[in-house]
Amino acid sequence: MTLTARDRVLRGQSRWGTAALGTVTWLVAALFFFPVFWMVLNSFKTEAVANASPVLFFEPTLERWEAVTEVTRGLLGFSEAFTNSFVIVIVSTLLVLVLAIPAAYALSINPIKNWRDVLFFFISTKFLPIVAAILPLWIIARDLGILNSQLVLIILYTAMNLPLAVWMLNSFFGEVPRELIEAAQMDGTGLFGQIKDVMLPIVAPGVAATALLCFIFAWNEFFLAVQLNPVDSSTVPVWVTSNVSTRGNFLAKLSAASTLAVLPVVIAGWIAQKRMIRGLSMGAIK
Amino acid sequence: MTANAEPIGSPDPAAERAAAIAAFQRRDKWRRRLPLLPALLFTVLVTQVPFIFNIGFSLFDWKIVPPTDPTFVGVDNFVEGYANPFFLNAVVVSILMTTSAVLISLLVGTGLALLLDRQFFGRGIARTLLITPFLIMPVVAGLIWKNNMFSSTFGVLNALLEGVGLDTVPFVERWPMWSIVVVLVWQWSPFMMLIILAGLQGQPNDILEAARVDRATGPSIFRQITLPMLRPYMELGVVLGAIYLLQVFDQIEVMTGGGPGSTNVPYFVYQRSIGGGWDFGQASAYAIIVVIASIIIATFALRVLSSLFQRDEAV
Repeated sequence: MTLTARDRVLRGQSRWGTAALGTVTWLVAALFFFPVFWMVLNSFKTEAVANASPVLFFEPTLERWEAVTEVTRGLLGFSEAFTNSFVIVIVSTLLVLVLAIPAAYALSINPIKNWRDVLFFFISTKFLPIVAAILPLWIIARDLGILNSQLVLIILYTAMNLPLAVWMLNSFFGEVPRELIEAAQMDGTGLFGQIKDVMLPIVAPGVAATALLCFIFAWNEFFLAVQLNPVDSSTVPVWVTSNVSTRGNFLAKLSAASTLAVLPVVIAGWIAQKRMIRGLSMGAIK
Repeated sequence: MTANAEPIGSPDPAAERAAAIAAFQRRDKWRRRLPLLPALLFTVLVTQVPFIFNIGFSLFDWKIVPPTDPTFVGVDNFVEGYANPFFLNAVVVSILMTTSAVLISLLVGTGLALLLDRQFFGRGIARTLLITPFLIMPVVAGLIWKNNMFSSTFGVLNALLEGVGLDTVPFVERWPMWSIVVVLVWQWSPFMMLIILAGLQGQPNDILEAARVDRATGPSIFRQITLPMLRPYMELGVVLGAIYLLQVFDQIEVMTGGGPGSTNVPYFVYQRSIGGGWDFGQASAYAIIVVIASIIIATFALRVLSSLFQRDEAV
């Protein structure tokens, strides 16, 4: 990731030009981050301060943070929403890995004949607009009695992330050197041993990147949650929108709720950003 | 089979071997397919079966409000659907919203990637700040832009306008679609940046070195070496961005609720069905029209992806 002095010369980057452009980059980065900064700032204001002309300096208070996390019986509260989200997102991500790892194995390491067609079938399902399926899904879920349950979202988030996971894992698995597997086979290592000792150490970072992206997409999903599970077993995005009120001021409270809602994904993304660069380019092009 | 038909005592070794190989290949084929089947079955069941239901629904006149029993009407729903001016309007919004958001994000993202592709003080932190918008939950992005940035009473943008002595502008009310595009660009430029950055950092030094030796200038190196090398990454970014941006729902729902000129096709279909219209027959017909359009777009997009693949294998 770091560029050496030689790289700099080759890219025609002089020291002073670099310093000037570095400053420009900092300004642009601050601009991009500003809405997030302002959201966090507003969460420490009172409604009276937040709902006036915007100010940068004020007396910070945790009042709205307390308001947003307090429990109201019978409504989707902060702790229920977070528990539901974590359960749904973690279970669906694990399910995705359980289904996608063997599938990617059958597409790349020990490939079936028309693996390319199967791979494209998986990715083509991502082009089908989910809104076109929502009515049948709603009717099927109602008839199965799983409307307004965690289960319906676990199933749908697994389906939503599976194509992406198969696609990414396929390219990560493609990087396991064939000679290593063949050598292990010659030594009489069984399939399980091949997976555990040869493949897993090489593909572990790829599996982690895949799991992280599944986590992000499932955590942020709103449409399916609000259509199929909008009440008391719902998730964080639905809870955030419940903080918008048509009566009275809500800006500071909404900012506090929003800050809480984005925290898990933002922190995970910050930690794993280098992995994500690889993951997002999906290794399709090396 | 052929091996069994041979009379005992005069075995035909060649036929026996062929049969054994065929049996082995059959078994091997299934052994290879087996790990794939759970994922494949799950995907077919959850993503394809609903569409089969849709085809059935679309042939009936079936409204919930007011409640009517489904009656078979053939292709009437499709014929009516095409003529609906609101649907045509949604198609235009979808095309405008997706192409503008994808292309602007690509431009901004490429610019950001080029800025980041150099060593400067605090580069890691600047990159961290820049990728944050992509990590923000879409409903939160829509809500904080609408209320904290665009709002004419307590929004930052209008405070700045007032600060320089201009009149305040109710951004979301005046330009509903373009306000949404701003939020989409804010979220997707970092995504494009990440992909382009992966491309920039894969630039082989020897080619750049050769260009330097040949006394090529900065701009011509960029045009003739860097840009062609980035092309596959840009294509990948456009295809992935288009997949997600064609389906934008969350930002529309929280910012305008489909208000004037900001209803794209997915939002329109949703409004016709469980989003208030409760006209299941008509909504299903629209869903099928959308799916057919998606298949056409997907065929094109998959061709791009597939060409990326071939290039990869050729290397």
